Order: sequence, then C-alpha cells, then structure tokens
Amino acid sequence: MTTLDSSKEIRKNNSEVNEKHEDYRMFGLITFLIADGMTFAGFFAAYLTYKAVNPLPDGAIYELELPIPTLNTILLLVSSATFHKAGKALMKDKNSDSQKWLFFTAALGIIFLICQLFEYFHLPFGLTDNLFASTFFALTGFHGLHVTLGTLMILIIAWQTRVNKGRVTSQNIFPLEAVELYWHFVDGIWVILFIILYLL
Amino acid sequence: MTISIDPQQTNNESLQPKGWLRYFSFSLDHKVIGIQYLVCGFLFYLIGGTLASAIRIELASPMSDFMPRDVYNQVLTLHGTIMIFLWIVPVVNGAFGNYLIPFYVGARDMAFPRLNAVAFWLIPPSGLMLVASYFVEGAAQAGWTAYPPLSITTPQSGQIIWILSVLLLGGSSIFGGINFIATIIKLRRPGLKLMQLPMYCWAMLGTSLLVVLSTPVLAGTLILLSFDIIANTGFFNPILGGNVVVYQHLFWFYSHPAVYIMVLPAFGLVSEILPVHSRKPLFGYTTMVFSIMGIVVLGLVVWAHHMFTSGTPPWMRLFFTIATAFIAVPTGIKFFNWVATLWGGKISINSAMLFSCGFIINFVFGGITGVALAQVPFDIHVHDTYFVVAHFHYIVYGGTVFIIFSSIYHWFPKVTGKMLNEKLGILHFVITFIGFNLCFAPQHWLGLNGMPRRVAEYDPQFQFVNQISSLGALLMAISTIPFLINIFLSVRIGKDSGDNPWNALTPEWLTSSPPPVENWEGEAPLVEEPYGYGKQFSEQK
Repeated sequence: MTTLDSSKEIRKNNSEVNEKHEDYRMFGLITFLIADGMTFAGFFAAYLTYKAVNPLPDGAIYELELPIPTLNTILLLVSSATFHKAGKALMKDKNSDSQKWLFFTAALGIIFLICQLFEYFHLPFGLTDNLFASTFFALTGFHGLHVTLGTLMILIIAWQTRVNKGRVTSQNIFPLEAVELYWHFVDGIWVILFIILYLL
Repeated sequence: MTISIDPQQTNNESLQPKGWLRYFSFSLDHKVIGIQYLVCGFLFYLIGGTLASAIRIELASPMSDFMPRDVYNQVLTLHGTIMIFLWIVPVVNGAFGNYLIPFYVGARDMAFPRLNAVAFWLIPPSGLMLVASYFVEGAAQAGWTAYPPLSITTPQSGQIIWILSVLLLGGSSIFGGINFIATIIKLRRPGLKLMQLPMYCWAMLGTSLLVVLSTPVLAGTLILLSFDIIANTGFFNPILGGNVVVYQHLFWFYSHPAVYIMVLPAFGLVSEILPVHSRKPLFGYTTMVFSIMGIVVLGLVVWAHHMFTSGTPPWMRLFFTIATAFIAVPTGIKFFNWVATLWGGKISINSAMLFSCGFIINFVFGGITGVALAQVPFDIHVHDTYFVVAHFHYIVYGGTVFIIFSSIYHWFPKVTGKMLNEKLGILHFVITFIGFNLCFAPQHWLGLNGMPRRVAEYDPQFQFVNQISSLGALLMAISTIPFLINIFLSVRIGKDSGDNPWNALTPEWLTSSPPPVENWEGEAPLVEEPYGYGKQFSEQK
C-alpha cells in the first residue's frame, strides 16, 4: 500500500507542475462538430448531385411552401440570440435570468419542431414518393434530430442553472458554453439547409 | 482559463482492478485501453485469417466445391470487413496510438479518458454482432464495399447488421480521432514543440484529421443505404430513380482516406523503429512531417480513382489520375527517407528490424502497382481483377500488418518488461515473408490475365497459380503459430528486458518497463531530440 500512497503523493506534486493545461474541452467539442458537419456535407453533396444528374419524372416536382420554413429560420436565429443572452446573464451571476432565457430558447426549439412536424403532415409527398422527397426527409429529419437533442440538452442546462442547487454557475460555465456552441452549429446548418433545400 | 486535471478524478485507480483483471475492466488508463485494443484486434485477426484460409481453400480448385457460392460471398465480405474495421484500423490507430501518444506528448493520459474507453468498448459488441450475423439468415454478401444495388437485393438482415456494426465502429473511430487530435495539440508537456514530437504523433495527427473529416460521410451514406433497405426509399436504387454512383462517390470519399487511415500510422511506427535499431537519427524529419500532411490533403481528393469504370466523365478521370499520381511524391519522399535512415547505420538484425525492412520492400512494391492502377487505361483493364487484390494486400498486409508485428516485437519489452524470443521471432518473420509473397505475388499475374475477384469459380487454366497462392496462404496461417508460442512463453519465462533494452531515446523508454500508472515517477521528461542517436559520434568526426 505504501507504493500506492507514494504514487498518490507524486501525482499530487505533479498535478501542479505538469497537469496544468488550458481548457481543451471546447477544442474537443469543435473537433466533434467538424465531424458532425461532415455528415451534413455528405448529405448536401448527395442532394445537389441528385438535383444535377437525376431529373425527377414529370409531375413529380413539388414547389415547397416557404412560410413555415421562413418562420422556422427566424425562430432558430432568435433562439441563438436568446441563448447568448442566457450565457451573458450567467456570467454576471444572474442565474434566474439565465434560466429564464434558457427556457425561452428551449421553447423556441420546441416550436421549431412542432412547425417542422406540421410541415411534414401537410406536404403533398411522402418519404418513398421520389428521390427528392426521400432526400428532403433525410436532410430535414437528420437536422430535426439535432434540434431535438439540442432542446433536451438546453432543458438539462436550464435545470442545472437553478439558484443555489444547480451545478452550472459562473464558475462552471463550460456546460452552458458547450451546448451554446452546439446550438449555434445546428442553427448554422439550418441556414445552409434552408438555402439549399428551399431557396435553390 | 485553465483547468487542473486531478488524476484522482479522471482515473480513480482505487476503483480499478489490478493485475491481468484490469484488461477486462472498463479501465480509463490509456495503457490498459491500448492493450485491450491490441488483444481484441488480434482475436478478430484470427477470425478474419480463418475466413481468408477458407477463401484460399475454395480457390485451390476452379469449381466451387468447398462451400456454396452464397457462403463464399459471405465469407469474403466478413473477411474484408473484419480485417479492415476490427483488426487494422483499431490496432494501428487505437492500440499503438493509445499506448504511445500520451508518452510522446508527455501526458499522463489521453485528453478524454472516458471517451477513450467508450471508443474501445464499442468495438467488441459490434464485432461480435458482425460475426454472429452469419447465423441470422446469413451474413452480408455484398463485399466490404456494400455497393448497391447488390447490397439492397441480397438477403437483408445480414446487410442491416453489417451496416449497424460498421456505424458503431465508425463512431468508435471518430471518438478516437477526436481524442488523438486533442491530446497531440492540447496536451503536450510545457516546452515541447510540435516539431520535436516523435514522427508517430504526426502520423496520428494526420490520420485523425482524415478520420474526423471522412468517417462521418460514410456514416451518413450507410444511414441512407439502410433507409433504402428498411424503408424502401430509392437513394441508391436505380429502379426507384436513385443513383448508385452517388453511393460510390460518398463511400470512397471515406474509404480512400481509410487506406491512409490504415497505412499512415504504420509510416509513423516504422519511423520510430528504424532509427532505434540502426542507431541513426531519422533522416529528413521536416520532409517527413510535410509529406504526411501532403498525403492527408491529397488523400482527401483522390477517391474517384476507384470508380474509373463507373462512367466517370473524362475531366474527372484526368483530375483523379493526376492527383493520385501526385501522392506518389510524398510517399516516395518517405520511402527514400527510411532508406537513408538505414544507410550507413549500425543495423541490428532482430525481429522488429526484419519486419520493418520487410515492410519497406513490400510497401514499395504495392506503391508501384498503386501508381500503375491510377492510370485510367491500365485500371480499366485490371479493374475488379486479382491485380487489385494483390495491390491492396501488398499495402495493407505487406505494409501495415508487417509493421504491427514489428511494433509488437519492438514494444513488447515496454509493455511486459520481458524480451521476446529472437529465434522464434526470426522464424515468424521468415515464414510470414515467404508465405505473404508466395500468396500475393502470383495474384498480379492472375489479375493481368483476367481472373475476376470475388468469384468462387474460375477458368481452370489459372488453377496451378492459384494453388501456389493457396500454399502461400497456408504458410501465412502457420506463421501465426511461432508468434503465439513466442508471446505465451515470453510473458511467462521470457528474460527480463530492463527498462530500456534497445537504448532508445523516445520518451516512452525513459520510464520503467512496464510503466507505472502515472507514466512517470515525477515530472515527464522533456525530449527535444527523440532521434538523437549517434550524435556524439558525428560530432567527434
């Protein structure tokens, strides 16, 4: 047992000399988001190739209605801003303000998902109708999955910023920052998706 | 902002089992995880090797008499998938990367130890699932490439399990890649510059970049393919208006870099082994670094050379031919640097060195056939023949697997504190080298004469050459026996190696063998010249 104790002692000393690094957790998250972005890049590449080389049969081209996706774009952009507000508030130790902004952000995310489902049910085509329909559902569905996960994470963070008992505070702000970066990423993907899928 | 990592918190050793039991635990220690990767990978190598033997037994006669045709298809699919995703990628990245990278950067563990453990523990279940899929309606039959429409029309449950398994392994690979990048970039010991890192770090940095950038595309593609199989969509199904060539583009966008994911770490490992055993500094460190990064960049833009017969337009053929031929430049630089490292060195002929030299010989041969295959007229002639099989195995077996064995001989004393038996090691090398070349060199001739790959039957005129090839495969199978005997004997009764049996200068040897849990008693050493061999000698001159 003495060796174990002495090694602990050594570690303790070393943790002051050797174990100090700048916070690399955000770096790891960015690397992950680049990987995640490549998945979307693959989907976008497939969609654009289909559009260029696989013409749809006559009568199969569907004009997408713009109002709902435009509303969705606004929702997500606003939610990015509210999330940013939440971070600012937490930095100033205003936990309850931060929590309010987070719940607001999560609500925007949920409204986005409801609008998306509403659009799904009112589209004139289904998943297997043609190549365009399948790619549309694959792209928006994969993005919707990201929004769902993001909303869940925002709710968890909001719960953890509660006054006095929460684990996310101005001293431990990384969880909030990580989810914020992820949420901005999901937003950015939506903007690209909106341009490529609806406007092009 | 700085955080201080308390080893107590990241790696609570009082909760970790001791002794050999720790290899069966959810350990967070990078050294334990590295060995877990290696042993798990080797078990799958034995399974994949058994399947390869079954293929060679079948091909010893021109008729399909050893097994039914659909079983043959399953066997070759499982052989390819197991060898690539469960043996080479996990071992050459995960095993050696996990064991060595923290030593090389002067850290006590990887950047994200828990993610590291997750990445490993995704492998055994997905591997077992893949093997078990044989017993559920038969395994996947569409080859490791799973090209549609073949993968859509063959029995589906096997293909679905195959997709699920490859998705999990891809996830494991991405988690590992993120971890390696963060460790190498962010966890370096203070004072250690990037250009002072051992070459394997650079190789792993390049490899991990490829993993992070290309593996997600494969994941997305396989999700779309699974939709085609399960939900009856038509992404890649021409009957429903889909496009099979899109699958090929997306698949090769991952799977060409995957070749570099399999071979770049081997480049790094051989760059560690050659200087130690020839007592000379690694020749051309800077050019090595730039050629690795050159290979990473070029490796991402050459994928369509696998598709010259898929109706690619002429401009695409031209572009991908030129880009592919360009990869020969950085690869050639590395080859000449290794030879220059050996040149005039004080070479010790031991098993590690022999396997490394075997690597150089095999690899240059595979590289030359690779440049030949990049040329469209030649590629169209030999596409999907045994020439491609021979080329691929020269790179992946003759290259990477030789280096895996070389590394095992080199780092076995580090891990266990015991030496491996040299006589058995040299026997292992001789049988492997002869068996490998006997098995795959004749396949070039078979391919040039038009024997297609992935078919259980062939023209009887090829029988004699195929039997030579099968004889080589038999030798390769036999070569595993001295290796396994060597490992088991040496772990038990091998002679003690001391801390640094090779008098190496790279950081992992500057601690006890086997190393303590915290890697160093005290501060991590600052190794500014990991290859400073023979310095005094040259200065005296």
